Amino acid sequence: MVTHMTDVTDMPDVNGVTETTACGTPVATGESATVGETRLEAELRRLAGSVPDPELPVLTLEELGVLRGVQILAPGTVEVKLTPTYTGCPAIEAMTSDIERVLHDHGIPEVSVVKVLSPAWSTDDISAEGRRKLAEFGIAPPRAHAAEGPVPLTLSVRCPNCGSTDTELLSRFSSTACKALRRCVSCREPFDHFKEL
Amino acid sequence: MTATANAAALALGDDALVLSHRLGEWAGHAPVLEEDVALANIALDLLGQARVLLSLVGDEDELAYLREERAFRNLQLVEQPNGDFAHTIARQLYFSLYQRLLYAQLAVTDGEFAGLAAKAVKEVAYHQDHAEHWTERLGDGTAESHERMQRACDALWRFTGEMFQPIEGLDIDWQALEASWMEAVTAVLERATLTMPAGPRAGGWAAGAGRQGLHTESFGRMLAEMQHLHRSHPGASW
Repeated sequence: MVTHMTDVTDMPDVNGVTETTACGTPVATGESATVGETRLEAELRRLAGSVPDPELPVLTLEELGVLRGVQILAPGTVEVKLTPTYTGCPAIEAMTSDIERVLHDHGIPEVSVVKVLSPAWSTDDISAEGRRKLAEFGIAPPRAHAAEGPVPLTLSVRCPNCGSTDTELLSRFSSTACKALRRCVSCREPFDHFKEL
Repeated sequence: MTATANAAALALGDDALVLSHRLGEWAGHAPVLEEDVALANIALDLLGQARVLLSLVGDEDELAYLREERAFRNLQLVEQPNGDFAHTIARQLYFSLYQRLLYAQLAVTDGEFAGLAAKAVKEVAYHQDHAEHWTERLGDGTAESHERMQRACDALWRFTGEMFQPIEGLDIDWQALEASWMEAVTAVLERATLTMPAGPRAGGWAAGAGRQGLHTESFGRMLAEMQHLHRSHPGASW
């Protein structure tokens, strides 16, 4: 945890974008992401990425794969690039204000969160840890897929309650845009499935 | 953006906005709870697309809530009343197939809409999937559902020619798009044991001047309801 970041102007590299991160975490891929990330930017990105998803609070934004980069534009001025899961996802507004609050709390007075659409988010952007947490929370994680569009129904979805692969689709749309509603034939429990996008 | 690009964004954005509103009218009225949720989710996807497109042109709220009927550039198909569930599904089938084919092409061009199209086409794939499954279930269901699904497909057929009027500024082969669309509709209706509608899709007896701002009677009433709150309480926020 970073708790000492109250005076960003003391950092030698606040205006720099050339210093490559020494922190190991690679910058999110995509044309909109910063190539060389300063150490402070990496710290801020970790902070922004630690914000929980407002609709799926077991996941962080980092695990969901929606954070596209953090850039220091000037001392005390930071721009965060965020991509929506679905174009109309209403959670993006809550995510934006949560990110602003976290970065304000860590001494950044000016935070702007910019919505980027390209490259389009995919469920393949959810991290392995994110998938594990989804299953633990009772939501079947998305299957990996290469082509666009719905995954063929022949690929089974595992029941997050009993582990059976004998499950059936009830509806392609569920409690949020990103989920489908399924039922386990073995244990009869209905469950949400994070559908592939 | 250029004036041509603005006009194209309005055409695509108004399609999404108007259909979104129509689908939203099902909330609380759909035949089963799952469909209430499904139609609302599809409406939400379309609303998200509309917001992006209208924001390219200007203030999204002003464009949605303060334009008069004749300033809207949507297809007449998407403004048609929901009718029974079969009519809504037929409208979804015709439009989602069109939108998916169109956005798939826009996604690989390097125009203003490529980023949105690449994202939206993945959402629309689920809309198409939903519409196709319901067309098959109703068409290949009971005698009653078959008859009503056929009636809906026939009734909306005359609105489908308008989809392939070229939108200026979009680098699309419209004839090829129409051929692909026709092929896809034919395949779905065949699986659903339905007959391809035979009526005209162009000419005097067909519909279609929505892109020029001419709309059908029910559209004015839909707009009155959609715009009422914003016009009654200008500048109000939640």
